[in-house]
Amino acid sequence: MSATAHKLDPDVFHLAEEPHHPEGSSTMLGFWMYLMSDCLIFAMLFATYGVLGTSYAGGPGPKELFELPLVALNTAMLLFSSITYGFAMLNMTEGKRGATQGWLAITALFGLAFLCIEMYEFTHLIHEGAGPQRSAFLSSFFVLVGTHGLHVTFGLIWLVVLMVQVQMKGLITANKRRLMCLSLFWHFLDLIWIGVFTFVYLMGMLR
Amino acid sequence: MSTTGHAMDGQTHDRHAHEGHQDHHHEHDEAHGSRKGYWIGFALSVVLTAIPFWLVMTMTLSKPLTAFIIMAFAAVQMLVHIVFFLHMNRRAEGGWSIMALLFTVVIIGIALSGSLWVMYHMNTNMMPMQAASDME
Repeated sequence: MSATAHKLDPDVFHLAEEPHHPEGSSTMLGFWMYLMSDCLIFAMLFATYGVLGTSYAGGPGPKELFELPLVALNTAMLLFSSITYGFAMLNMTEGKRGATQGWLAITALFGLAFLCIEMYEFTHLIHEGAGPQRSAFLSSFFVLVGTHGLHVTFGLIWLVVLMVQVQMKGLITANKRRLMCLSLFWHFLDLIWIGVFTFVYLMGMLR
Repeated sequence: MSTTGHAMDGQTHDRHAHEGHQDHHHEHDEAHGSRKGYWIGFALSVVLTAIPFWLVMTMTLSKPLTAFIIMAFAAVQMLVHIVFFLHMNRRAEGGWSIMALLFTVVIIGIALSGSLWVMYHMNTNMMPMQAASDME
């Protein structure tokens, strides 16, 4: 009763001590802020590609270089990895460590397949003489798609590290929090990939 | 003095109980979604990905119409991912997540459209190198 009365007291407009936050309560919001700033990095790379994407410098254009079936396969890999990570999270909520680890492993395999296909595509392009130094179009293409690939690479390393952590310590609160951060990161990368396959590959084929 | 101390204690206690309850509730209802939610998101994503690829690979429609459709589908699929995979809603983190997202979308909109618009006009209004040297 006295607490309520005091809250309404106009003279007391700040708390005598900082409110106590439980450990890790602000991590998810903080990580979301990081993702938003990462989003801005990708927006700048998309803008760069949008501006330079038609400057071929007499070199090959999207139609001669891109193979849509390969891109479709890559898109499928990333989409599958998204839903398998979702299943890992559901099992984590239910406290099933084995199932969580299993789905995480499947997610890692899909992620690895995505990276292998992308590496194959890149080496194929460079082998054909369409490396990043060939034209402004290819420079911006390699930077944009390469940055996304680099994110997936680090996501994959993070995933393996977390699997080791879960194996050693179990599904403790800290590990759950870490898995939730990686969940946001992983789904976010799939979101960026929607932009990549639409603006870079599909729109490129329409030119 | 003693009244203040008592009031503070009461408040802290109150907040603790409240927070604990909220966290619990939050974790189970919103943060992870449901199996059904993931399947809906996945099914929608498959459809929204397959149709643009099919349109471009077969070239059934005219180029401008195809371009419009694949852009629209990409926008919708991004929304699907945000809702079903990232579990974004107006209540997450007390509304701060969606505020950050909307702010980011606005900045991206300004930066992307601004860059493309300005650079397109620069390109079209710039004299070609050959023409510039002819004028001297």
